[in-house]
Amino acid sequence: MSATVIAQTIEPRALRPRSWTLVVGLVLVGAVVATALVSLLWLPFSPEDTTGSRLEGPGGAHWLGTDRLGRDLATQLMIGARIALLVGLGSVAVGAIIGITIGLTAAFAASWLDDTISAALDVVIAFPVLLLAMLIVAAQGSSLASVILAIGLAMSAIVARLTRVLTKRVLAEQFVTAARTSGTRWPGIVVRHILPNIWPTLSVNLALQFGVAVLAEASLSYLGLGAPPPNASWGRLLQEAQGTVVTAPIGAIAPGLALIALVLGVNFVADGLRDVADPSRRRSR
Amino acid sequence: MIVYLLRRSAFLLVSFLIAMVAIFVLLRLLPGDPSNALLSVTATPEQIAAAQAQVGADRPVLEQFLTWFGQLAQFDLGESFISSLPVGPEIAARLSVTIPLTLISFAVALVVSLVAGVVAATRSDRWYGILISGFSQLGVAVPVFWVGILLVSVFAVGLRWLPSSGFPRDDWADPADALRSLTLPIVTVALVMSASLTRYIRSATLDVMGSDYLRSARAQGSGYSEALWRHGVRNGAVPVISILGIELATTFLGAVVVESVFGLPGLGSMLLRAIEQHDYPNIQGVLFVSTLVVLIIGFVADIAQRLVDPRLRLSISGNR
Repeated sequence: MSATVIAQTIEPRALRPRSWTLVVGLVLVGAVVATALVSLLWLPFSPEDTTGSRLEGPGGAHWLGTDRLGRDLATQLMIGARIALLVGLGSVAVGAIIGITIGLTAAFAASWLDDTISAALDVVIAFPVLLLAMLIVAAQGSSLASVILAIGLAMSAIVARLTRVLTKRVLAEQFVTAARTSGTRWPGIVVRHILPNIWPTLSVNLALQFGVAVLAEASLSYLGLGAPPPNASWGRLLQEAQGTVVTAPIGAIAPGLALIALVLGVNFVADGLRDVADPSRRRSR
Repeated sequence: MIVYLLRRSAFLLVSFLIAMVAIFVLLRLLPGDPSNALLSVTATPEQIAAAQAQVGADRPVLEQFLTWFGQLAQFDLGESFISSLPVGPEIAARLSVTIPLTLISFAVALVVSLVAGVVAATRSDRWYGILISGFSQLGVAVPVFWVGILLVSVFAVGLRWLPSSGFPRDDWADPADALRSLTLPIVTVALVMSASLTRYIRSATLDVMGSDYLRSARAQGSGYSEALWRHGVRNGAVPVISILGIELATTFLGAVVVESVFGLPGLGSMLLRAIEQHDYPNIQGVLFVSTLVVLIIGFVADIAQRLVDPRLRLSISGNR
């Protein structure tokens, strides 16, 4: 049994009451989603508006103050929410499509191909998503699309391995043998038997990967490898605020808290989903 | 065990070969030619051809790969396109920052999370147990560089206790000075890592505490802490070891971000600069060394797991 799978089996149960985590998670994620939706229709200031005085404190017309160019921080944060969600959803979609395809292929393939794919996946998984994404972004040039593609590709290896393990488990079930005997071809087996059975576990993992993707994007942007301006990613806001952290601490604190709220929220939701998917893991304490 | 050791070593070798090919291919996908790094925008076709010949980009890709591979076999990582300095010694110098940073942070995080994880599991009814569990949840959500920024603003800029960034020019000539520069980075990494490690150790402890074998040991008259020490540690350690391996590798590679926050001249900042400058020998060299480190950590973790758990030792079925 490989390392990551063990990691998942001992994935910690969250704090006590299970419904509690799901509710808090949904509230946190909901707040970020709502902010992003509002930002599409209305922003307190134009993101390029530099008419405010520099490094203004919170309060007044600029709720959270301004940055060193006089831009409104609240506006930047709202746009950041949009980007974080876009990157999260986009990379999970890329990772899921590629990962599930590779995982299913490996599970159905002859054993030599299965072994080869699995060995390659193990090597890729040994590297954190961030490092792989850095390389891909370096090769592609930094744009929002290449960031999403890079994180999604890096993530797909993890998804592929999980899909392979889960699919193998389902393939060993008697109802699959029955379906095969009664003449169902493999596309039918995949759609009718495999996907519905692996989806509960897979979706929990994809939710966790969403959080990983958001953090990876923030790190890339912090390193200057993220989407270029005017995409006000939270990671880039942090990088810009680092130099003025003492005079205007809110600029460095607010984007960090926003990041934590989203990632923590997604993790709580994933924990909650896991209980829905698998009540036997619920701890009656 | 010996069969397993052979199989695992073979797997290590094969993975390494796959990784080498992948690194090489991925780098050839970088836009432009390696020789671009040497040229100005106004270069004439003759200069371009000369530069390509100098870095070997005019030869077939397979030949370039074999040349690189042949050099690697002799532990020669080539020379930087930009500075013409040999890559190997540069990496060695950088490692003298990154390795202490990784290992000390890891050791600190391990001690903290062992205590915190066991306390959180055994005292889950007390306020401090709940508090620890709560903090450990933050570990997966908090960006490392954010913690770094906050710590710098408080302890370096605000209180002026420690330097905010950089590393002594003469490296470890004055160990106390070097350690002072590494203190904040180490605290940053250790803080975030111990949060996520605590989650795993808490969960492993809970599993052990709820296990049948522990109840049997207690029923046979063994004291609680004796049972926990004799049976619990060994059983709980198996899954934790693989997590430790992953965390150690992640920290080593995650140094890129932490080194940027603190302006440390480590392996990560070398990679970042090499990527910006399209300095292929440096990128390949750093990736070569980090791949080697990561794969060896995985190898050691797998072997350690089998030494601890005799049941795993009996199965010779590779690593999956």
